[in-house]
Amino acid sequence: MADSSTPHGTYKFDGAMATLGYNLNRMCFTFNEAAGREAFLQDEAAYCDKFGLNEVQKEAILKRDIITLLRNGGSIYYLAKFAGVLGLNVQDLGGIMTGQTTAEFQAYLDSQKVGKPNG
Amino acid sequence: MAKMIGMIGTSHIPAIGRAVDQGLENTPYWVDFFAGYKPMREFLQAQKPDIAVLFYNDHGLSMFLDKKPTFAIGAAAQYENADEGWGINPIPALTGETELSWHIINHLIENDFDPTVCQEIKVDHGATVPMSVLWPNHSYQRIKVIPVAINCERHPMPKPSRSYAFGKAIGDAIRSWNSEEKVVVLGTGGLSHQLDGERAGYLNTDFDRMCMDQLVTNPEALCQYTNDDLTRIAGAQGVELAMWLAARGCFSGPVKEVERRLVAPISNTAAGLQLLLPA
Repeated sequence: MADSSTPHGTYKFDGAMATLGYNLNRMCFTFNEAAGREAFLQDEAAYCDKFGLNEVQKEAILKRDIITLLRNGGSIYYLAKFAGVLGLNVQDLGGIMTGQTTAEFQAYLDSQKVGKPNG
Repeated sequence: MAKMIGMIGTSHIPAIGRAVDQGLENTPYWVDFFAGYKPMREFLQAQKPDIAVLFYNDHGLSMFLDKKPTFAIGAAAQYENADEGWGINPIPALTGETELSWHIINHLIENDFDPTVCQEIKVDHGATVPMSVLWPNHSYQRIKVIPVAINCERHPMPKPSRSYAFGKAIGDAIRSWNSEEKVVVLGTGGLSHQLDGERAGYLNTDFDRMCMDQLVTNPEALCQYTNDDLTRIAGAQGVELAMWLAARGCFSGPVKEVERRLVAPISNTAAGLQLLLPA
């Protein structure tokens, strides 16, 4: 039988998660536009309320708690846009989610190095 | 009959576009990766394809969860892009090729694939990064592009076997198009990586190497994997193998490998580059 288990530390974004996270993702989708980014930064809590985030999601947005957002239906594609609003890149995001500094997370990536004789 | 000149597999992450914008191609971090583009650019310069059929996945620019297609194909005269929320500089629009788009769409539906047809769509870095890296200095504007999107965000996603079969049907359509145009096929994204969760940063370059081997000789072997398998073996975003499989599916006969690179880490990914020509 096929193994459909999800590895530890992985949040499968399926129908149930997409349902739970719809408002959260809808809010982060607006960060494609400068107007959405500015409105969020002006009053983060009010912007969360406007999109109907639940209390857990709202709290996690305010605390930049990416893991809680993933557990509550956030899609990494839209959370990456949230990170962009905060001026964070995907290595910063990796550090936050793995409880490391960005440099430590980068070192983990570098420990898997291949094909870089010059780098 | 339109002629399919080859397949290019390439990563499409935003960091590559930024590296080009900032002139970092020859810095230690990037030099080994960008060296792989040299033979591809030379191939494209020499062959001068008229059209690029480009498999990518939208990362939440145009295809939000409200109406997210499983498979989608562009049928527009041009395709704009946007900064996507990261301040990426938008680039001049890609030029479309509506006649071949509609030929492919008609063929697909006649052959039991039912993609979403997009007459207006913004394409994201999944499409713009490969175009601007393969045809630098905006020279991609001479190439007509047909973007084909595969859902790699929300499960359920098309099975790898289905993406391969989808590509096969597109290849049949291209070959049956009554035209002298030359077509290059781009499979973008991947290879192993995981952006999300405590498992973020996971790569599996042994698996990537095996996939690149099989793409040359026996792509059907990769169709046995489920998306859950790929998540486990290649990371949550390892499912982007779908675009490479679809691109490879476009070629009905044997292919030969002309160039291959697997470089990691590039941003949070193992970045693949592969040039395959009909044998």
